[in-house]
Amino acid sequence: MRTYRRTHLRTLEDEAVHILRELAAERERPCLLFSGGKDSIVLLRLAEKAFRPARFPFPLVHVDTGHNFAETLEYRDRRVAELGERLIVANVQASIDAGRVTEEQGPRASRNRLQTTTLLDCIEEHQFDAAIGGARRDEERARAKERIFSHRDEFGQWDPKNQRPELWSLYNGRVRKGEHLRVFPLSNWTELDVWEYLRLEEIPLPSIYFAHERDVFERDNMLYAANPFVTLLPNERIRKQVVRFRTIGDMTCTGAIKSDARTLDEVIAEVAAARITERGATRADDRFTEAAMEDRKREGYF
Amino acid sequence: MSVAVATQPLPAPGLDEDSELLRFTTAGSVDDGKSTLIGRLLYDTKTAFIDQLEHVEDVSRRRGDQRVNLALLTDGLRAEREQGITIDVAYRYFATKRRKFIIGDTPGHVQYTRNMVTGASTADLAIVLVDARQGIVEQSRRHALIASLLRIPHLVFAVNKMDLVDWSEPTFRRIEAELAALATQLHTTDIQVIPISALTGANVVERSVEMPWYPGPTLLQHLESVPLAATNLSDARFPVQWVIRPQSDEHHDYRGYAGTVAGGVFRPGDEITVLPSGLTTRIARIEEGGRPIDAAFAPMSVTIHLADDIDVGRGDLICRANNQPIVGQDLEAMVCWMTDKPLSPRGRYALKHTTRWTRAIVTELHYRLDINSGERDTSAQELTLNGLGRIALRTTTPLIYDPYARNRTTGSFILVDEATNATVAAGMLLGDARPG
Ligand SMILES: Nc1nc2c(ncn2[C@@H]2O[C@H](COP(=O)(O)OP(=O)(O)O)[C@@H](O)[C@H]2O)c(=O)[nH]1
Repeated sequence: MRTYRRTHLRTLEDEAVHILRELAAERERPCLLFSGGKDSIVLLRLAEKAFRPARFPFPLVHVDTGHNFAETLEYRDRRVAELGERLIVANVQASIDAGRVTEEQGPRASRNRLQTTTLLDCIEEHQFDAAIGGARRDEERARAKERIFSHRDEFGQWDPKNQRPELWSLYNGRVRKGEHLRVFPLSNWTELDVWEYLRLEEIPLPSIYFAHERDVFERDNMLYAANPFVTLLPNERIRKQVVRFRTIGDMTCTGAIKSDARTLDEVIAEVAAARITERGATRADDRFTEAAMEDRKREGYF
Repeated sequence: MSVAVATQPLPAPGLDEDSELLRFTTAGSVDDGKSTLIGRLLYDTKTAFIDQLEHVEDVSRRRGDQRVNLALLTDGLRAEREQGITIDVAYRYFATKRRKFIIGDTPGHVQYTRNMVTGASTADLAIVLVDARQGIVEQSRRHALIASLLRIPHLVFAVNKMDLVDWSEPTFRRIEAELAALATQLHTTDIQVIPISALTGANVVERSVEMPWYPGPTLLQHLESVPLAATNLSDARFPVQWVIRPQSDEHHDYRGYAGTVAGGVFRPGDEITVLPSGLTTRIARIEEGGRPIDAAFAPMSVTIHLADDIDVGRGDLICRANNQPIVGQDLEAMVCWMTDKPLSPRGRYALKHTTRWTRAIVTELHYRLDINSGERDTSAQELTLNGLGRIALRTTTPLIYDPYARNRTTGSFILVDEATNATVAAGMLLGDARPG
């Protein structure tokens, strides 16, 4: 007799596709936040699974800090063209020029925090009532209890103490005028799931996810790409190093890790190892410690 | 610092190609060892992050603990609990080679029925912790009853802190007998009782050398092997979620009904009925991510194409012509009340069931269920936060449903307050029978 079994990756995919279709049916004006990072790259594939051969029932939105890696923008434009979908770019620079936010100063200046205002302004301008994002619950503790359909009040704020209970697969997509939802189809995915899904689906990635030689400098035990948007501190020196990125965001605050992983298989092996390695066994291998460091940074980053 | 760890390293979780997903929930009274158990599972399966581990080791060392206090791995929740902040369900993840696990971690306080119901709603399995020194307490009973009410297919009683009762077989057997008595009150048919020590790790991931008298599986072996394959293969149910109709010349005649299979098996060629219209046709083909497939079963998200061009929309349900669910608008249900404003008879709400919204009025509160004693209070006039009860309700349009006991997807609903849009209740539909 045939048994009816589904693999864990396909089960996660089923759930995410269900979430996307449910959102599309319940909200009139959703959008999908596309950063060019691996999580949002997976979201695009899931949207294809959910809605093709029709077009997506939402535009893509990229909040552009103006400090992106060139590889990210290249990838974004190529992918959007392949998909034939609509892309809205919301510029942090425009928010600065309009006086909505003030550019940070000094060697640690970053536009990371400014993105929020640009995003909320974009949501208001286009009257979006839902924004699909690629956040995962395994990223940090505070997210462990965030809902899949996460309600935002008219100020765009999340109230973790007053969330709607989420039962079965019955998502409550109702909002009042001016409020919106953030929807996270990848809530139940881990970093490893994302990488394994990219492999399973043979999805190309921006090249900076793989080991390459780059000018970097070290700060707070992290490696950062040398870039025109940061000023080095007196003790900081630029050096060449073979690195890859685990996440992709603003150049000013996205750390790289030392790595020789040049293929997806090698990256997956590293990601899996970073999770399983016990302290002691790998203490000597600073690659793993740096991987953990990256995770720590992400906690503050989001 | 020496750590009580698995000595045999697990295989790296580059998961097997056919690894499966198991969702489980954990429940226990405060201090039964739930945080320690979850920490132990994360630690021994090597899913915990290195930085988290370093933090936990640091804190343990500073506090002068003899061993690493694994409960600290779930510290975030604990801090909140101590501050009395409302916490509900936190989700955690770990994987072995055979399976990936999602833990819906719900706090064990008296007043948290609502959270346990939420965590239970998506769970395939529930772990209820029992302190070996105390045996079954009121809360163990409550947790088991909620797992049963929510029809979680698999239940595990983890009899914890066996180290504190000298690994005593008679103590374990006595608790096992008490649990067997409790089991007669439950719907759950698959119940496993496992003696463990979350603190030392005995029978969690590693087989205990101290309890050779226990022949059964370790907790992790059990989690890795409980059967997950779709169980209800007879009642084919497909709530239509979204209609795919490309506005392009190339796909002019394309009309796909997208959704998630809620039960049974669908195949190309099947004769099907669309409800509520009752129109009958055949399945022309089924697609998954654009590729044709020969069978669709729960929980697959697929697109179904029908042989005839009949009118089908979101909220309709596709089933086999000879096996149809109930269509009705006078309903009986068990509900769990989830908000401060109580449920009172004549209350009006928005109701979501499968992919359909409608409005409902509560016509009667038959009784309030005391989850500790199992007693029914038929004189109850309202249900307050965390209350469970049986109600009658009438909807403005018919629901296409199965009793919850038969199908957890087509048998469940939520009630939503139309003024605030808050989700106020979780509901489980019964058959049409009037209450006895
Ligand atoms: N001796 C012993 N102590 C345990 C065991 N499991 C947990 N504990 C201790 O019991 C206390 C409460 O555990 P914790 O995991 O925080 O309980 P929770 O409230 O259910 O999350 C802590 O001091 C733990 O170290 C066990 O198996 N044996």
